[in-house]
Amino acid sequence: MNLPARASQSHPPALTNGSGAAAILSAGIGVFVLAVLAVAADQLAPVNAALVFYKPTGVLSGVTTAAILVWLITWVAIDLQWRKKTVAMSLMSSVAFTLLILSFLLTFPPIADLF
Amino acid sequence: MEITLRSLWTMIHGMGFGALYLLASSGALVELWRLTTPSPASGSTPGQERFLKIYLISMAVLAWAAVLTGAYVIYPWYRAAPPPGTVDLSLFPQRLLLSSPATAGWHSLGMEWKEHVAWFAPISITMVAFVFIRYGRDLVNHKQLRAAVLGFAAASFIAAGVAGFFGAMLNKNAPVQGGPVIQLSRGGEK
Repeated sequence: MNLPARASQSHPPALTNGSGAAAILSAGIGVFVLAVLAVAADQLAPVNAALVFYKPTGVLSGVTTAAILVWLITWVAIDLQWRKKTVAMSLMSSVAFTLLILSFLLTFPPIADLF
Repeated sequence: MEITLRSLWTMIHGMGFGALYLLASSGALVELWRLTTPSPASGSTPGQERFLKIYLISMAVLAWAAVLTGAYVIYPWYRAAPPPGTVDLSLFPQRLLLSSPATAGWHSLGMEWKEHVAWFAPISITMVAFVFIRYGRDLVNHKQLRAAVLGFAAASFIAAGVAGFFGAMLNKNAPVQGGPVIQLSRGGEK
């Protein structure tokens, strides 16, 4: 009887974790930049004015476009550095999740309004 | 039976892209967990792995479609400023909500959070799809990478849930409406 190939057991990794770590860290940075820009645009008139990329959508267009650009550029830059390396994944993961949690908090209006 | 163009776009955004993304999220979490956890009960065939890759790419497409239609098609109608002296604010949802203390919170808390937190979903799920495509079954051997991927997949689900909940409540309290009327069918009189 032919059984399908299964990968259920742990083996030495075939790939280094650098590329995955770069993707996770840059996603954390991307959402954090979005949250910081959202707060900055809400509190600082010059930032607000500078981030209106598309008038009908208002400042949201600039906040999200800028954050996406930072996310993608950061991702490519870190990936190029780490692609073939093994990095301290627990540290990268902790940083990424800290940024993610801070981003959820910073975008929550009662907290964003404290600044 | 008829619907306005703006209502149709709101349905496409919320029920077409957003709700489908939310439905898909639970499946993605279960499959990611099942295919990348080293236990005798788990494991995957190449076909199952390929299916999950296509599934995650589809989710990323849905998430981007949801935020882009939300920000660039519907949000401009939502936040449009009424001409001076306008009494009927039904075509200006943001102003309609802010005109009453009973509904202002749906904008000042709901929309203000939703319009930003929603973007966490496409960013997170794009990363999740990339990592799964790159590592596939090898994620079984990267415990911390696997945990981070699952965490971000869950975060994207939560972000989409927040956006979906407030989107539904906003549209219930101040629906985006107006624009050309599309006749869907001609009903007979009873």
